[in-house]
Amino acid sequence: MRETTTMNGDALLLALAAGIRGGGVRVVDLTHTLAPDFPVMVLPPEFGQCQPFRMEEVSRYDARGPGWYWNTITMSEHAGTHFDAPAHWISGRNLPAGTVDDLPLDRLVAPVVVLDYSAESAADEDFLLTRAHLEAWEAENGEIEPGSWVLFRTDWSKHLGSDKYLNLRADGAHSPGPAADAVEFLVKDRDIIGFGTETIGTDAGQGTHLEPPYPAHFILHGNGRYGLQCLAGLDQLPARGAILFAAPLKIRHGSGSPLRVLALVPASDDA
Amino acid sequence: MTRIRTIPRRPYENVAVAVPVSIPYVRYSVESAHWWIARALGELTKRAGLAPADIDGLSVSSFTLSPDTAVGLTQHLGLSPRWLDNIPMGGASGVVALRRAARAVEAGDATIVACVGGDANQVDSFRKLLSSFSRFAQDASYPYGYGGPNGSFALLTDHYMRHFGARREDFGKICVDQRTNALGYPHAIMKKPLTMEDYLGARAIADPIHLFDCVMPCAGSEAFLVTTLDIARDLGLPHARLAATIERHNAFADDPIQMRGGWAMDVDELYAMAGMAPDDIDLVETYDDYPVIVMMQFEDLGFCKKGEGPDFVRSHSFTNDGSFPQNTSGGQLSAGQAGAGGGYLGLVEALRQVTQTALSKQVPDARTALVSGFGMINYDRGLCSGAAILEGVAP
Amino acid sequence: MTDPIVRPPKKDPQKVTRPPELPPLQRSRAALAMSAAASRGAFELQCCKACGAWMYPARDACPRCLSVDLAWKPAPDGGEVIAETTIRTTVDLYFRQRTPWRVAMVRLDCGPSVVCHLHGDVEVPGRVRMTAQLDKGGNAVIMALPAKRTPNMADDPEFRELTASPKHRRVLVTDGRTAVGQAVVEALVNAGAALVFVGIAEPWKPYPGEDRLKAHENVQTFALDLTDTTSVQDLAGEIGGKTDILINTADHVRPGGILSAPGMITAKDSFDVNVFGLQRLAQAFGPGMVGRGADGTNSAAAFLDVLPVYALANTPDFGIHSATAAARLSMLQCLRSEMRAGGVRVMSVFTGPIEDDWRQPVPPPKVAPAQIARAVIAALEGGIEDSFVGDVAKDVATRFRQDAKVLERELGA
Repeated sequence: MRETTTMNGDALLLALAAGIRGGGVRVVDLTHTLAPDFPVMVLPPEFGQCQPFRMEEVSRYDARGPGWYWNTITMSEHAGTHFDAPAHWISGRNLPAGTVDDLPLDRLVAPVVVLDYSAESAADEDFLLTRAHLEAWEAENGEIEPGSWVLFRTDWSKHLGSDKYLNLRADGAHSPGPAADAVEFLVKDRDIIGFGTETIGTDAGQGTHLEPPYPAHFILHGNGRYGLQCLAGLDQLPARGAILFAAPLKIRHGSGSPLRVLALVPASDDA
Repeated sequence: MTRIRTIPRRPYENVAVAVPVSIPYVRYSVESAHWWIARALGELTKRAGLAPADIDGLSVSSFTLSPDTAVGLTQHLGLSPRWLDNIPMGGASGVVALRRAARAVEAGDATIVACVGGDANQVDSFRKLLSSFSRFAQDASYPYGYGGPNGSFALLTDHYMRHFGARREDFGKICVDQRTNALGYPHAIMKKPLTMEDYLGARAIADPIHLFDCVMPCAGSEAFLVTTLDIARDLGLPHARLAATIERHNAFADDPIQMRGGWAMDVDELYAMAGMAPDDIDLVETYDDYPVIVMMQFEDLGFCKKGEGPDFVRSHSFTNDGSFPQNTSGGQLSAGQAGAGGGYLGLVEALRQVTQTALSKQVPDARTALVSGFGMINYDRGLCSGAAILEGVAP
Repeated sequence: MTDPIVRPPKKDPQKVTRPPELPPLQRSRAALAMSAAASRGAFELQCCKACGAWMYPARDACPRCLSVDLAWKPAPDGGEVIAETTIRTTVDLYFRQRTPWRVAMVRLDCGPSVVCHLHGDVEVPGRVRMTAQLDKGGNAVIMALPAKRTPNMADDPEFRELTASPKHRRVLVTDGRTAVGQAVVEALVNAGAALVFVGIAEPWKPYPGEDRLKAHENVQTFALDLTDTTSVQDLAGEIGGKTDILINTADHVRPGGILSAPGMITAKDSFDVNVFGLQRLAQAFGPGMVGRGADGTNSAAAFLDVLPVYALANTPDFGIHSATAAARLSMLQCLRSEMRAGGVRVMSVFTGPIEDDWRQPVPPPKVAPAQIARAVIAALEGGIEDSFVGDVAKDVATRFRQDAKVLERELGA
């Protein structure tokens, strides 16, 4: 049995390597570049704030270090394209394996399902993904398998660089996100690993006004599931059939971390 | 408070001034003050027929000896005086050195006193000298346009002109006549004749001061020797008798701006001590860093009343053959200003004139000379003033 | 009458920028007291406590009675100019660049005679009003001004050397999101600034007053985040070469002290804006400004920081904020020395509590943004290094000068 697994594993990895090298499998980057001007979550100013990415040059082949170039970077765990661990939210505070240093590794590499609601999001900046939408999607695309990542495509990442990305107004941010029943369904009925978005958070811009407030954070993390946000390039993924690599930094007791999110995608015919 | 009775000054009984030495000036020189002073002392001993060891008194004035003083100079030059003085009084240095030396000789503190003043002038050294001149100048004068002495004397001149009606032509006359005198003095830096037209047409430096109102800083040195009349006679040196001197510092501090020098406080004593009156003086060597101060000296030394300077100038001529021979080697305005040597120039020249050994045109029958010194613009005015009367002793 | 200065033409790119020279820098220790008074816009001279004589230049003893008990006091500023000159030749490199230079002798009403700079509109002889100003080397100098105001008086070239007037200059205001920043921008426009650059952090976040700010002619907004070195460097790369005056209005304020506001994040945020932000601005814009310190009519002139008066002593309700202000003041002192090489003034406008959301629990009197803006303009036009805006700031400054330790007790009670 052990020998078979090893053999199969070898073959599998050899085939994967051949696929990546030969063009059958494409590696897609779902990550935004970490840069100082990348927006972060806006909270009321009396709360502690999310520290954006910052970089200070240590030396660049100069008096501070004649032969080398390097920087010191500082940021929130929740800056840029980042991963939310269960302990990020109060609902997940008592779960085991709730911080980024203690995650089961097989959950960090997993199949991914992409729900394309970019047209709906373009039409309605406050678009809410409901259970009804998911049932309709499954009717067309088949059921979401347990142990999958589910990514919510809105093409919102294309607004980066314009005010529309955060879309802040006097009554707060306006961007699409999931309703509570949709998250409940994905967690309870489909046993997903986690839920990912292109927006600044896993919740809708107006998520604070839903019940419970911030349903994605509350339900996902309360049930030991993960979040990914500020994703990019979801338009390059098939609805299903890709593998997601999403491994946060191993920060002791960390609530999340910026990370490089990659997907392995079967090369399309025209590629 | 007890009122103190001023002790009457004792006259000079037996003081001779001899061996006028002028080391020819140059505009810029790489040589040091030590070098210039050594040259003057060398010439002094040679012409007096003495060895350096015979000099038992030394008085030094120089702005550019730093970090040395007269003390360092003794070792540098191999002298071993029993009386040593360092006179940092700029244009008053010559007269003040003479006063100090005279009393030292009278008291027997020294027998042969060499008095020397001179300075180096390297490129940019004038600028450096100015920048460390005095605390008041540093705090309250240089930060205002940094005119240096030109700026200070421009203000005095402007005020004097407004107050007493002096005109540029009046100052011009002093400068033009001194240039005439300089043309007869081989060591003068200025060799070209100066006309009133040249003077009036010169470029402005600091209104109303124009180019020919200013001295030219240069390198050089001057020296003379002070001893007793009998020693001077025994050495066979042409010499003059010291008849009288005065000295005053920071006079008339309440004057809003300088309109008179310290001479005005002490001039009566000067003539009384000499037993002379202004009319008895055959030639005058004023301190002439700017012509306005020459005009003030005519007033303050008793040749005319305060405010009559312009009229006095208009009614006299100042050449060596004129009605009032003045600055007979051209003064600093035409001979050049060798730093503290400028405070010696007039004294050395007067000594030559009254001993009938002039290098410039000899003033006929010159027997008595009044030499005046003025120095140190500490802030807004010159603080040191002094004067001496010399009388030539027939050989 | 002074000719009004005209807006300088665009710079000839082939011309070498005039290198910044400084007026004579050396002063005695006694003379520095006059600079200290001038830094606050005061004309002070020494007065003998024993005999009452006024004196000048600065002394260590009274020239009337030899007492060494001397005090610097506000002096009567009237005088009579009795002589003048115009310096046309000088060996000093600073004045060589600026001749002809008018200088006067003034007899002060209180006694001493003063050699001073002379305003072009003063007739000699005549009455003058004396002012002590900081020159480009940061030392006090005295200038005789016309006794009565004359047209275009501030445009006199000697007087302009002693100020950082915004007229015809290009000014960066670092934080346009706040009411204070916006009031300063408006005041600069009214004071004749040629251009006002306005920094906006996180421009994707809307802010009140945005429309009005952007509607101004001669006002340009730019992304500028003082916590982001790259952002500050990018802006300096764009406008650093033409920033003549930099006014830092950014201030990250949160209530709380060390124990009453636990944690480090808010404190770090405050320090990052208030202290390191200032440092980033100085490092990005400072060298260029130093290089342009003598660049004609619109030379680089000033780096002005609007900061809380609690830089002088801590007010524990805003304890961390006060700590950032103290660090900020120390930074400014360092910068003042470093910017002196270019004759660029580093100025502080100290404010009391500002009327804003964060200071709602602070009792009045509070400072309105327009008041701060007026103080900023007055500081620039008057060349005043340390200004104190509002009753609280003035009160704190007075107490600080009396006894810093007593002030600490009063604020901490």
